[in-house]
Parts: sequence; structure tokens; C-alpha cells
Amino acid sequence: MRDARLALLTAGGLVVLAASVAVTVTIGPADISTADVWGSVSARLGPGHSTLSPLRDGIVWDLRMPRALLAAVCGAGLALCGAVMQSLLRNPLADPFVLGVSSGASTGAVAVIVLGWGGAVVSLSAGAFLGAMLSFGLVMVLSHTLGATMDRVVLSGVAAMQLFSALTSFVVLTSADAETTRGVLFWLLGSLSGAAWADVALCAAVLAGVLAVCLAHTTTLDAFAFGEEAAANLGVRVARARLVLLSAVALLTAALVSCAGAIGFVGLVLPHATRALTGSGHVRLLPVTALVGAVFLVWVDTVARTALAPQEIPVGVVTSLIGVPAFVAVLYRARRQT
Amino acid sequence: MSEYDRAAARDRAREVTVGGDGVRADRVSRRVGGRLVLDGVTVAPRPGETIGLLGPNGSGKSTLLRLLGGVLSPSAGVVTLDGRPLHRVGRRSVARRVAAVQQNAHTQTELTVRDVVALGRVPHRRPWSAVSASDHRAVAAALERTGLTDRASQYWHTLSGGERQRAQIARALAQEPSELLLDEPTNHLDIQHQLDLLELVTDLPVTTVIALHDLNLAAMYCDRLVVLRDGRAVAEGVPSEVLTPVLIEEVYGVRAEVTSAHGSPVIRFLRRGAGPPTRFSGPRTAPPEDGHGWEG
Repeated sequence: MRDARLALLTAGGLVVLAASVAVTVTIGPADISTADVWGSVSARLGPGHSTLSPLRDGIVWDLRMPRALLAAVCGAGLALCGAVMQSLLRNPLADPFVLGVSSGASTGAVAVIVLGWGGAVVSLSAGAFLGAMLSFGLVMVLSHTLGATMDRVVLSGVAAMQLFSALTSFVVLTSADAETTRGVLFWLLGSLSGAAWADVALCAAVLAGVLAVCLAHTTTLDAFAFGEEAAANLGVRVARARLVLLSAVALLTAALVSCAGAIGFVGLVLPHATRALTGSGHVRLLPVTALVGAVFLVWVDTVARTALAPQEIPVGVVTSLIGVPAFVAVLYRARRQT
Repeated sequence: MSEYDRAAARDRAREVTVGGDGVRADRVSRRVGGRLVLDGVTVAPRPGETIGLLGPNGSGKSTLLRLLGGVLSPSAGVVTLDGRPLHRVGRRSVARRVAAVQQNAHTQTELTVRDVVALGRVPHRRPWSAVSASDHRAVAAALERTGLTDRASQYWHTLSGGERQRAQIARALAQEPSELLLDEPTNHLDIQHQLDLLELVTDLPVTTVIALHDLNLAAMYCDRLVVLRDGRAVAEGVPSEVLTPVLIEEVYGVRAEVTSAHGSPVIRFLRRGAGPPTRFSGPRTAPPEDGHGWEG
């Protein structure tokens, strides 16, 4: 009975996601219909041929399609990471960036953009990824030194976040000209405007792997509801589970952030919204929250690129504008419970 | 683990419930930051009996329970399950035999009573596997046993303290353990719920080790007692042998009278002050006739 509901939610979510991608790709300054999209896609993947001019075909296949798909992957990944972090840290306000990954990524990206570290060899994404991993490593070492409990992880994450934010600001303020600062700011706020097929492929691959790891740990995550000792009493190897899950989350977050910047609030708010739909059991929560995140970000990014067209709003700004009221609602709910 | 391994593990567990010697701590010590919180304590419950752990705050009761459950490992000595050291048994296998109820269960997650009890099935489930019929049966039986069947759909955070404790015990029972470890389960409960809970626990067909503060409850419900002070076991035996005025004064630093009722000791604590018994007008029991009890 329960699995039937999960199957229903998953199938429904996938259909809505596919429809959302198909529809949002048609939205924009260039007038393109769903049939055109279908023609373009089938021309690439199968025997069909596109009815569009090469230019418009390019808009569909090289610009809007990878962008919509990257939005879906980022939304799914961030929501998944947020759900796992909230359960693992037993903190309803945890999000994927608690591990300091996004701040580290920013510093890495800034080091590449502004300081030109790595020359032509290291791209912005690679720099961001390295920064993210460095920051995560620092958090793990710090929290291990401080006693390896979950609240130490949170505190270490906060410390790393502060440190790397300060480094980023320092580099930007001392070394960057106005134009570079603008570019950095745009990236820091999270943007899907640079989406390319390579990003989609990379992020989707990491998402698939991490999703599999998380789904293999659903009962383990359930067992953390009453804390680490309770989980240990239920047969969970706590230290190992924590290391595996935190590393998986950090890896996925780092990959997403290095492609699209730190898109806030998706990972914080959507898991809570999904719980209202699925309950707290992770077997249902994790796949459904990933789908909800994907659909959400596909639409939010469409708003971000079209609302003030031709000017683009960073998608992180739009998610936050929607996210802050939702965040307040979460806080209010948490307050009521105590 | 293959289907065959699982069946074999089940058989082992069954065999052991009948003939094994269960969980025991052999001269275990636990050192925290240079301080010995537990110093060479041996606890060997016989199958099916209820052992009470007594001792003042900080005497090492909770630490001993954590060692018995394998959540902590001893700095010296060994905890065994049917003769095998706990760290060699594996966490999941331990959790299928030994269930623990901690002092303060707290969660931020919105869970129903049924969800909480179903957590007891975690050590019995494999990754990717769906909830099995035996999981459903174990959860239903645990709810029934603790009288929570009607509350199964109620949310955890709406339960009273006594109901939360019962739900945690139901969760432990869903683990289908042969050994049950309870850390002051009667804390914060009114007297009726304290008695109900201990009746429930001592009626269970499992070996139970239970940390208690209330000496009278320990005397009423435990088959044997182990008394800890500063991490050492200072007395062990049946309640009538262990709970003497001398021991109580030595361990808790308070004076008490011990009488006997229905074969089990009854402890009445005496006021600390040296003053005459009439000094305080509040309700209290009469002083002993010879007045010695009040001398300081």
C-alpha cells in the first residue's frame, strides 16, 4: 500500500517534470512551440528532423534545453542534500551549504576569476569544486578535532563559512575591478545562465550516484530521528554512516555549486514542503523531494530569465524571494512544536 | 547477507535465547579524560531475570548500560554476547538481540507512535528492502503489549511523558530482543505510571537490566541488584541482602530504616537534621520509638 503511494508520487513527479521542461523550453523571447522542441529533440536523438532554422534549433538545443535540465538536476540535488542534512544533523534549519561547501566554492571561483590562479588549465568550475572540497575537508577535520558530534559539524561548518566568505570578500574588494565584481556577484548569487551540456552530464552523473547512496541509507536516516546514540542502539554504524552520507552530500553540492553557483533556499525549504506530502519516512521523502526540487527550480529559473527580460535575475535571488517567506513559515512551525 | 545467512542468524539467535548466557560485562572499565567513570564492574544477568542498577548520580549506571548495549566500548575488560566479545558481533546483530531505552528520547521529526515503534525494525531490515510481513507483525505485537494500539496514529510530540516511555519500550520490543536495557525509565512519571511501567517491563520474557533511582521500586521489581558508587560495584545480590541501612548510608550518604513487607525490603528515609522530630509540622512519618534515628 505504501509502496503504491510512492510509485504514484514518483510517476506523477516524473510526468510533471517532463512536462515542465517541455513547456519552459518554449518560453522566452524567441517564439518556439512545443512541437518545435519535440522536433529539435527527436532530430538529435532519433531519426526525426528539425523543422526549425539552425539558429532557433540552436536556441532550443544549445541554450534552453541544457539550461532547463541543469535547473532540474540542481533543484533535485539541492533538495535531496537538504533533506539528508536535516535528518542527519537533526536540525530543521540545516541545508546543503551547512558543510561550508558553497563558501569554499566561492573562494575557489574568485581565486580563478579575479586572481587568475590556475591559469588556463583550471576553469572556474574546477576552481570552485576544489574550493568546495577544501572547505568540506576543513569542516571534517575541525569537527573531528572538536569531538565528532553532529552539533560540532554544524559549528565547524559555520566557522568555515565565515572564514571563506571573508576570504572571498577580501579578494574581491582588493583585487577586482567593477566589471569582474559584477560577474563574481552574479555567480555567487547562483545562476544557470552558463549551462552547457557538459555541466548537465557531470551534475546528472553525480546526482545519480549520490541518490543511489542516499536511497541505500533510507532506514539508517530514519534511525537518526532520536539522535546518534539511538541510531547506534538500532544497529547503525554511526561514524561510518555519517562519513558516507556527509561525503556524498558534499560531493553533490560541490558539483552543483561549481556549475551553477550557490542557489539558496531550495535545499532548506523544499524538504519541509515535501514532508507535508510524504511524511518523515526517507524511503518516500528522498525521491519525492528530489522531484519537487527539480520541478520547482525549472520554473523558478524560467521566471528568473524572463521576468525582466532582456535583463536576467540571478536564480538564487528569485529562490530567496520565494524562500524567505517559506523559511519564516518553517521557523513558525518549529516554534509551535516546542 | 544471503537468505541462507539470515536464516542461520535467526536460528543462532533462537538457540541462544534458550541456551546462551546472553549479554554480560566482565570487569569492565571506562576511562573518560583520565578519569575512571567505571572501574572493573561485572554484571552477569541470568536469562529472564531483572537486574537493577543502583547508585547516586554519576556513579556510572548509564555508562554501564551503554557498554552493555555496545554503544560505548570498554577501556578495559570485555562485554560479551553469548560468550563473544560485543565488538566482534557487529552492530546490527547486537541490535537484534539487545534493545536499549535511553533516558531522554527527543526528536524534531514529526513521527507517529507507529513510526517510532517501527524504528525497532531497523536492525532487521536490509537496504532497499520493503517492509515485510514479519515487520508488521512485530510492530503490531509491540503496540499491543504496551497498550498503545489505539494511539498508533497519534503524533509523538502530543504524547504524555508516560506514553512516550511506553512508546520507546514498544520500539525496543519491536526489535524482538532477548535483552532489554533501560536507563531510569520511571523518571518524571507519576507513581501510577511508574508502577505500570515496571509491571510491564518485569512481565516481559526478556533479560532486563534497569537503572533506577527509587530504592523501593528496585526492591519491589528487581530479582537482583548491583549497587555502584564512583564507578565501582560495591554490592550485589538479592534486594533483601543488598538494601541495608549501612549500605544506603555508605553509598547515598543518607540514613534510612529498612523493614520488610511481603518478603521484600521497604526503605524509609530519615531526615538529615539532628533536631527533634516535632520541629517541622508538615506531614511525615513518626520517628522510631527509641529516637536513635534522629541523632546526628
